[in-house]
Amino acid sequence: MKRRMFLKGAAAAGAAVGIGFDMSRARAEMRQFKIARTTETRSICPYCAVACGVIIHTLGDKAKNVRPTVVHVEGDPDAPTNRGTLCPKGATLKYDIDNPNRILTPKVRRPGSDHWEEISWDEAVQGIARHIKSTRDRTFVAKNAKGQTVNRTPGLAVVGGCTDTNEFNFLQWKFISALGVAYRDSQARV
Amino acid sequence: MTNGWVDIKNADVILVMGGNPAENHPCGFKWTVEAKRTRNAKLVVVDPRFTRTASVADVYAPIRPGTDIAFLNGLIRYALQTGRYHEEYVRIHTSGPYIVGDKYAFEDGLFSGFDPAQAEYDKSAWAYRADPKTKAYQVDPTMKHPRCTLQLLKKHVERYTPEMVERICGTPKDQFLKVAEVVTSTGNAQRVGTITYALGWTQHSVGVQMIRAAATLQLLLGNVGRPGGGVNAMRGHSNIQGSTDLAGVFDNLTGYLATPRGELTDLKTYLKAETPTTLNGAPWPTMNYWSNYPKFMVSLLKELYGDAATKENDWGYQWLAKVDGNYSWLYIYDDMYRGSSQRAGGTEPGPEGLLTFGFNPVGVGPNTSKIINALSKLKFLVVGDNYQIETATFWKAPKEYGGPDSSQIKTEVFQLPCSGFAETDGSFTNSARWLQWKWKALDPPGQAKTDQEVLARIFLAVRDLYRKEGGALPEQVLNVSWNYTDPVNPDLGEVLKEINGKAVTDLKDKDGKVIKRAGQQLDGFSQLQDDGSTSCGCWIHSGVYTEAGNNAARRGTQDPTGLGMHPDWAFSWPANRRILYNRASADAQGRPWDPTRPGIAWNGKLWVGDVPDILPNSPPGQYGAFIMNPEGVGRLFTPSLNDGPFAEHYEATEAAIENPLHPKVTSSPVTVRFHSNKDVYGTRDQFPVVCTTYRLTEMYHYWTHHTNELNQLQPGFFIEIPEELAREKGITNGSRARVTSARGSIEGVAMVTRRLRQLTIDGKRVWHIGFPLHWGYEGDPKHVGPLANFLTPSAMDPNTWTPEFKTFLVRLEKAS
Amino acid sequence: MTADGLEIRQSSASVWGSATELRNLKVVSKLIDTTTCIGCKACEVACQEWNDLHIVPTTQTGTYQTMPSLDANYWNLIKFREVEESGFFAWLLRKDGCMHCADPGCLKACPAPGAIVQYQNGIVDVNPEACIGCKMCETGCPFDIPRYSAKTDKMAKCTLCVDRVQVGLEPACVKACPTGCLEFGDKAELVAVAKARVEQLKQNGFTQAALYDPPGVGGTTVITVLAHGDHPEWYGLPKDPQVPVAVSLWKNVARPLAALAIAGSFFAMVAHYLSFGPKTPKEGAEKPKGDKPA
Repeated sequence: MKRRMFLKGAAAAGAAVGIGFDMSRARAEMRQFKIARTTETRSICPYCAVACGVIIHTLGDKAKNVRPTVVHVEGDPDAPTNRGTLCPKGATLKYDIDNPNRILTPKVRRPGSDHWEEISWDEAVQGIARHIKSTRDRTFVAKNAKGQTVNRTPGLAVVGGCTDTNEFNFLQWKFISALGVAYRDSQARV
Repeated sequence: MTNGWVDIKNADVILVMGGNPAENHPCGFKWTVEAKRTRNAKLVVVDPRFTRTASVADVYAPIRPGTDIAFLNGLIRYALQTGRYHEEYVRIHTSGPYIVGDKYAFEDGLFSGFDPAQAEYDKSAWAYRADPKTKAYQVDPTMKHPRCTLQLLKKHVERYTPEMVERICGTPKDQFLKVAEVVTSTGNAQRVGTITYALGWTQHSVGVQMIRAAATLQLLLGNVGRPGGGVNAMRGHSNIQGSTDLAGVFDNLTGYLATPRGELTDLKTYLKAETPTTLNGAPWPTMNYWSNYPKFMVSLLKELYGDAATKENDWGYQWLAKVDGNYSWLYIYDDMYRGSSQRAGGTEPGPEGLLTFGFNPVGVGPNTSKIINALSKLKFLVVGDNYQIETATFWKAPKEYGGPDSSQIKTEVFQLPCSGFAETDGSFTNSARWLQWKWKALDPPGQAKTDQEVLARIFLAVRDLYRKEGGALPEQVLNVSWNYTDPVNPDLGEVLKEINGKAVTDLKDKDGKVIKRAGQQLDGFSQLQDDGSTSCGCWIHSGVYTEAGNNAARRGTQDPTGLGMHPDWAFSWPANRRILYNRASADAQGRPWDPTRPGIAWNGKLWVGDVPDILPNSPPGQYGAFIMNPEGVGRLFTPSLNDGPFAEHYEATEAAIENPLHPKVTSSPVTVRFHSNKDVYGTRDQFPVVCTTYRLTEMYHYWTHHTNELNQLQPGFFIEIPEELAREKGITNGSRARVTSARGSIEGVAMVTRRLRQLTIDGKRVWHIGFPLHWGYEGDPKHVGPLANFLTPSAMDPNTWTPEFKTFLVRLEKAS
Repeated sequence: MTADGLEIRQSSASVWGSATELRNLKVVSKLIDTTTCIGCKACEVACQEWNDLHIVPTTQTGTYQTMPSLDANYWNLIKFREVEESGFFAWLLRKDGCMHCADPGCLKACPAPGAIVQYQNGIVDVNPEACIGCKMCETGCPFDIPRYSAKTDKMAKCTLCVDRVQVGLEPACVKACPTGCLEFGDKAELVAVAKARVEQLKQNGFTQAALYDPPGVGGTTVITVLAHGDHPEWYGLPKDPQVPVAVSLWKNVARPLAALAIAGSFFAMVAHYLSFGPKTPKEGAEKPKGDKPA
């Protein structure tokens, strides 16, 4: 008999007869240590600008046939600022990564419509590119009212949040520069 | 932050004002607690609400929202009147001895140079007095000259007596004096104090001046540049610093280079306008580091346009979009709403298409109804995010926000599923300027793609269209470099290398020795050139990815100074320096003010300690400590701001009282109001209650209301109301209350508390209330709530154009 | 790692003692310094996340406090209290949760063998395999900690993350705590840390600062620094907690008698007595329910 079963039986027996049952020879039943064999990935919390170091524990050993799912997120004890600690938002990052409310497919809402339609990435990208080009070509201002060369596209605006990477920000600035966007701002302003 | 999070442990006094770090930066706040435990440091909290930060403070003082300048000027006055300031520091490291020109004056609430027609100042009225021949600044090292900035400051703050502070701020005099005593205890070499602030200062029509007043106080106390000191912005988002560094806002290119304006028609004109002139003046000449501006700019253009950038074509300068006027946040929606804008004297279209990544304009506000109606006029909108955010579904926003019916909205809206933080590598720059690399843990779910792939796909598709079809100035589109191993999904390590910069051709030192072969990564921005031989995506970040590898990915935990600098952990811009202006941590001879907490020290040959904020081998006395300022010293008097060289108390745009200092100029004379039919402003007779907005520990902006584990902690919107006011209005704890401003009205659960109190302002009773901003109409239906910014006005700071979220007027009533 | 767990010092419903004392293990401790608690709730959710507990539905009722009191799915709860007395105002924040008493009333009251155990390191743990969901432990606890889950028909409370402690890690709440108001370590060392902190508080004007480590329950594994040590009730703590007399009676006298009894009916009688006897009043335990969280 497995020890677990033995304990179960013992408890039931104890309850049934209602007398103290000496457990002195048994050890305690304990929960399995759930991150014993997880893969650890160092990351940075995406919320506030303290930028705590976190360790993301994912299931599996990165073998090809394993789909890594997040099982736990904990503070990185080496990170000088947070030294392993986290706030409640950081302590629940697992539920941000593995969140039932994540959107999973590109969608479009057509003019005048009251609902979303799912579309493919190709359709979305081509549709957006066409909008961008036609808006840029239509509204491009090569020279301002004073005759100075300004090469800007007032018809386009780009705004961005501040929880994306530096590298994305730089790519986005290249994108903005390529389109001549002057109306651009970010969470940093507000 | 001039310093860093860990450095706060070195402070003797921590003044928290305009911020609430225990709630909004808990893991950074640990170093305040550490200072309290190990140094018996004093935590001073000045806040309208008795917050969770206040709950562990040594001294707490209440203040009316938006009146921080009066309080800070009161502290400055106290320091100057009592002599509790660091005089030697002021003499050698600040503009205290600098003499101001004769045109400067301040009278009846207005500085000299005011143009009432334009509601603007002519800042030339505030210039230093310069020698007519040499143009050098004039100084009086004794700081007795009546026109030196120290004496002018003294005169300016004379009016801010403890009684006046009480009259304006509502802070009882004894509580103000207690704060003053503790804060000014650091005005010497032995002690040091820090100031930490956040959006409670930036989001006012006088936000920059609040920070200026704090900086002035810290300079007087000799606390800037020192471990445990500084003026420390606790920034809100994980990469808000990186976004600002990397051209996130319209007025900046990367590294705080200026976006070119229409009149700067060629590179030469641009560089002349933007590169500050060195004016040699006593006591010390300045490095004027910005004199290297052309190197930064040419290297940036070389990076942006690659081979297409040549000396002959001004490195591609003409392809950069030029701005005429203001394109910042509020103007984007104003022009979008009105469908056109006035630029350089002519009319141009407003935005017709908007792309937003990881951002929720409908929630962010202010003036939600205006934003929703502006979006309704777009031809197309692209929203890249992890969750379905309010912006993506603005077309079906609840009717109370005043948007048109969805059938009337012609906008085509694309919602693109993007990656979360764990699903991509890349770096974030924290508040302490540390670029920290993170590694990817797993793939994005479903069909979601990384943000960089989504952006790259759109870019490449647009570029293809221009290649095939031509169009408006195709060169602008086609010449932007995009040389990644996988152009569709750029490797972020490759991008960080671009940001760092490389040698385009062999780079030689002055003796002709090759220091970098063509293609090699640069060691730092000191190697940048203005002849096209180097490229660099962001000069201040240079050094982050050298031939030694990705320094943002470094994880060394050593702390050789014991002061929490951790030089081998990640990379701190600029140049891995951990404390800005650290030259000021030492005296004229280069000896640390406090040998137990040295920033840097001169060892006879070199500066040692932190990476020095000065040439490593320049002996004490050669250069001033503030190398980025043309005058080489910290500014007690700031001639460059748009609303005055000294901070002055003005009421918010929606003013709760007439300004007791100058009733004719109640609010800042240079703040802008908007004039669409959605831009209405309330008056105190209709809206007698002062209101502010804030954030909660348990929630993150408009993001975490999609996470039910956090909704559990803060299940919904509430309004914090002082007990006495609630009683007057018949509102009980847990019942529902309604708050109405000139722009909208929202309802929520009343949280009746003694942590907010009635204030006596200028002899009158003034109430203030507040509410957190985390909810919206998306997310779990059990946890939806009103958009707080429905109530906030289109008002802003005249320097940063940051909206005034933190002080506005409302009416409060029991909800029926 | 299932069975070779920590040494047991005592176990519920065991007659002749159950300590193996095979190994010499130090008593661990969690220090709660309420003077540096910022009520951020990281401990609340770090616990919930580590222990894979379910979300507890909540609504905003006019307080920062997550829920009125602990739950079978919520083992740490910060109590928020506004206290005002003659011009003095404080917002007192204290993490409520199992104190892991040296003399645990829950264990004494528990009739199910092995359902509540105390390890040699001081941790008091509920073994869900053995728990019969009878709620007797509630009656034995002077701190109102154990909670019954109707879904599982088991009692639940903080385990001090015994699964983490066993492999040499600190409890999840302690690890997360941003300000370090929670500390974990050897009890003797943490008592010294706490006493130094109390001294510092006294020097800073909190003349009544004290360490809460109540002798009535033999001291606690979780010890608490209070700035207002003369008013533990301001924090929702009983002034002088004791294991209810009736529970001690059951444990030390009645149960050995029960062991001798043959008829099951005797148990029923004792159980009845326990259900009604010790529940009201709880000697020395001012129940914190009913005071207004703010």
